[in-house]
Amino acid sequence: MAKAKRKKKAKPAKKKPAKKRAKAKKKKPAKRKPAKKKAKKGAKRGKKKPAAKPRRRKKKDRLTPRLPFVEERPAVSAPKSRSRKQVKAARDAQPAPEPVPEPKIPKSRKKGRITADVLARRQREISVSEFFRKNRHLLGFDNPTKALLTTIKEAVDNAIDACEEARILPTIDVTVRPTAENRFRIAVTDNGPGIVKAQIPKIFGKLLYGSKFHSFKMSRGQQGIGISAAGMYGQMTTGKPTLIVSKTGRKRPANVFEVVVNAKKNKPDVISEDTTEWDVPHGTRVEIELEGRYTKGSRSVDDYLKATAIANPHCELTYTNPQGERFRFKRATDELPPEPREIKPHPYGVELGVLIEMLHATRARNMFGFFRREFSRVSPKIAREILEKAKISEKASPKRIARQEADALSKAIPQVKIMSPPTDCITPIGEELILAGLKKEIEAEFYTAVTRKPSVYRGNPFQIEVGLAWGRTKEERAGKDKTQADDGIIGSKNGTRNGGGSLAKLLRFANRVPLQYQQSGCVITKTITKTDWRGYKVPQSRGALPSGPLVILVHMASVWVPFTSESKEAIASYPEIEKEVRLGLRECGRRLAVHLSRKRREAEVARKRSHIELYIPHIGVALKQILDLDDRKEKKIVSNLTEMLYRSHLDAKKGAS
Amino acid sequence: MPKKKSKPKKKKPAAKVKKPKSRKPRVKAARKKSSELRISSRKRKKPKRGTIDAKTSRSIEGEAGGIHKDIVRWKKPTMRIPIRSLSNVRYNPTEGYFALKRGRKERTLTYNTVKTFAQSLRMMAVAKELIETDDIATKREMYYISKNWEECRFNEQPESDTVMDDIEAFFLVNREQLHFVPEEKGGDVAGRLIVIDQDPATGKDIHIDCTKFGSGAYSVPTSVEGLKFETKAKFILAIETGGAFQRLVKHGYYKKANCILVNMGGVPTRACRRFIRRLSEAHKLPVYVFTDGDPYGYMNIYRTLKVGSGNAGHINKYFCVPWAKFLGVTPDDIKKYKLPTHPLKDVDIKRIDDAIKNDPFVHHYKAWQNALLKLKSMKVRVEQQAFAAHDLNMVVDTYLPEKLANKKAFLP
Repeated sequence: MAKAKRKKKAKPAKKKPAKKRAKAKKKKPAKRKPAKKKAKKGAKRGKKKPAAKPRRRKKKDRLTPRLPFVEERPAVSAPKSRSRKQVKAARDAQPAPEPVPEPKIPKSRKKGRITADVLARRQREISVSEFFRKNRHLLGFDNPTKALLTTIKEAVDNAIDACEEARILPTIDVTVRPTAENRFRIAVTDNGPGIVKAQIPKIFGKLLYGSKFHSFKMSRGQQGIGISAAGMYGQMTTGKPTLIVSKTGRKRPANVFEVVVNAKKNKPDVISEDTTEWDVPHGTRVEIELEGRYTKGSRSVDDYLKATAIANPHCELTYTNPQGERFRFKRATDELPPEPREIKPHPYGVELGVLIEMLHATRARNMFGFFRREFSRVSPKIAREILEKAKISEKASPKRIARQEADALSKAIPQVKIMSPPTDCITPIGEELILAGLKKEIEAEFYTAVTRKPSVYRGNPFQIEVGLAWGRTKEERAGKDKTQADDGIIGSKNGTRNGGGSLAKLLRFANRVPLQYQQSGCVITKTITKTDWRGYKVPQSRGALPSGPLVILVHMASVWVPFTSESKEAIASYPEIEKEVRLGLRECGRRLAVHLSRKRREAEVARKRSHIELYIPHIGVALKQILDLDDRKEKKIVSNLTEMLYRSHLDAKKGAS
Repeated sequence: MPKKKSKPKKKKPAAKVKKPKSRKPRVKAARKKSSELRISSRKRKKPKRGTIDAKTSRSIEGEAGGIHKDIVRWKKPTMRIPIRSLSNVRYNPTEGYFALKRGRKERTLTYNTVKTFAQSLRMMAVAKELIETDDIATKREMYYISKNWEECRFNEQPESDTVMDDIEAFFLVNREQLHFVPEEKGGDVAGRLIVIDQDPATGKDIHIDCTKFGSGAYSVPTSVEGLKFETKAKFILAIETGGAFQRLVKHGYYKKANCILVNMGGVPTRACRRFIRRLSEAHKLPVYVFTDGDPYGYMNIYRTLKVGSGNAGHINKYFCVPWAKFLGVTPDDIKKYKLPTHPLKDVDIKRIDDAIKNDPFVHHYKAWQNALLKLKSMKVRVEQQAFAAHDLNMVVDTYLPEKLANKKAFLP
């Protein structure tokens, strides 16, 4: 995987002393373009991490294969002061402004009582890797089925991101091979730019290392946890390291690494390193062996890849499932989506904590410069207005802004009218490509798609897209037609319709990544449920999804998708998002209603036509009997009558439509 | 008739009319079957001129010819059928029966009417063939004949009965004239009456003495047109239920009162109505009606006998007995004889309201309005046989003699 991008920490607010910061900087940028580096600093955002009580681990507790994820709780253990050299990532996790006070040791008043200093000895820093090893459910490894899916998902997301960033049309192969019962080796191969040798271990062996966290830009990955966590899960359950093969150029050899995550230190341990020949110009292959369970149906790997193919019509996906069946999801367009632009945060979207952090981190020398430089859409006039409202001098140094003043600033910002953030930083899939994606993967009789105009929630630009596919597949239709024909011949009226009562199928996407879990907690589902589909001639019971042969696709593209949790399974509810989804659904619903009523009219015409054709001949027969007519006259009767009735009943209807 | 038809000529394109291909096979199938369709194995021949059959046959041909002409001229054919309901009859006491008003429903051939239209025409074709072969078909048989009509068949007999009634009304004839006969029997007759009928085989007259049936009774045939009567009775007593009829027969009431008893068995059939009409007409006999004391007995039974029904307005003229009078049981009798009662059912109350609102006969007679309203306010109904509560023979010994002694008190 060419994923250099995932990175940093999930929760971290970080404020480091300048020295450390500089160090960190040096390291990270390895992969990035210089321009981004600069932006990074200002753009850091994140939540403060609550001061965690460092827990200590036994020394010998190294990362070894077969270590179960959840190990013995470090019950109350001996306090220990932190070693200064403790892993850097851990430091990142530490909220900067909060000095960790060295515990003062009060005298114990009673004998045997555990005193604070006893406790203090047990307190120590936690490595993020350890944290997530214990809390793997936060990352989507709650159960074997989900673990398999999450691993593939992380690898594929990274692969596509890397290809897009390098402006390469992604061609990705996914293979899931069973190695033992409940054990699979997954291999994801892409044709991306490859990863430079020095970065390979860090990207795959270190949590919260990546390129995306610091950028305010639309991308699939955000945090730099996923692929290394997947590797860690694999190594926990099978003891096998992550295997990476990466080639960056035609003339260069491919590097082969075997890497494990050293959970204690959150750093990579390289097991082996080698080079090999690989007959592709460039690309990356990641292999992870893990314990999992392979299932079919909804929320399966197959489903995920299909959904991915729909939302990423520029990708070519091949997939070999554990049974050895091969699927190919063809590319529907040869055009890469335009590269998303990186933007600075908008003042409306910045919370107090983030603001304080930005104040400390900025390189601007005064407050005026700070606003101009670190935010989008802040003109000199607006910068002055904000500062005036907050009663802060333009010349004040950002580093000296006290908490109260920062508070005043954050209160002042909403009072100033600021232009919405630029929205050209978002690259929606586009109506045509949504249609193309739906058409190639879902068989239906009617498709429609709407791309809403970009909008803004909490200062973050976003854009909603909705697609609909309606209708049965060919086999289902064939089945139904047969039933109908039977009805006609036998005259029975109890034709049961297949699939009549099933609920609509929902495809949710965030930045082109399918969301498969927590459907009910997602703003998309809620909005669909609240929409009155009966107005669009689609059956729906109260408080439920609409029913019928319907597939609803909703995509949210944003520089920052507000997930309800780290595992990125559901989108949080904001009124602005809900509104856009609703409007998109309505537009699609209206088009569907037009289609359905046209279809209904056509069906009615067909029904009338056959009704007429059924009985007219009998009039001919009767008149022939009564009047002793010859066949020619009888034919004439039938044809005249048929024509007359067509004219008055069928043509009129056609004209109306 | 269609017998001499040559086989359908396959290759003659009917016209420039575009026909969807799928339709052709159907047309052919229908046509082929029809040419083989025979209803009766009897030989057909044109009815003799001047007979009723010839007239009916001609009018069927006339209507069908008109429809055919319309079709050839690209005009949608229409059948105008009298509306068969109470709203389309009027009551005029000098006429004495429900006569049709002008209301017609137009059954123009449209998408919605095409099936009934086809069924009506096919039934007309059957009627014509019945006339020509001098055969008959019961309503039920008609229903089975339709089973040969493929999609046009009737699913239930009531559907075919309705179409039959429509055709009757359309031609303003009695259904017997179309050679359709009811299965229902007419009713029972006992009393001082000799009916002169003919032996169906020999055509010789047969004299039937209606006093000679013991505890049984003479049964009214489905067709009463050819009957002749000899009687010296003074009146005809038409009775609703078999139970009351049997009691009167058992005790030889007809001898005591010198009358003819007729058991209608509920709503009188056409044959029964016609029988009473012809009998009373022939011998100038008054007709008294004895039913249960409820709206059904008053309206559905008595009124139908006296003035006819809304449903068959076109035949009322010949099938009613305008001089019939209502003997009982009247609402007043309930009190007078302290009869045990049942509460009125909802349908009864509805029937009363409906009669007062819509029935031209009730509109005309204040006495009936009062009787119905009285019944409604008493909220009870009474049966003919309720007299048994006092004495099994009270009806014979007390009630009927007392009523007959005061004929003026009969309801009109």
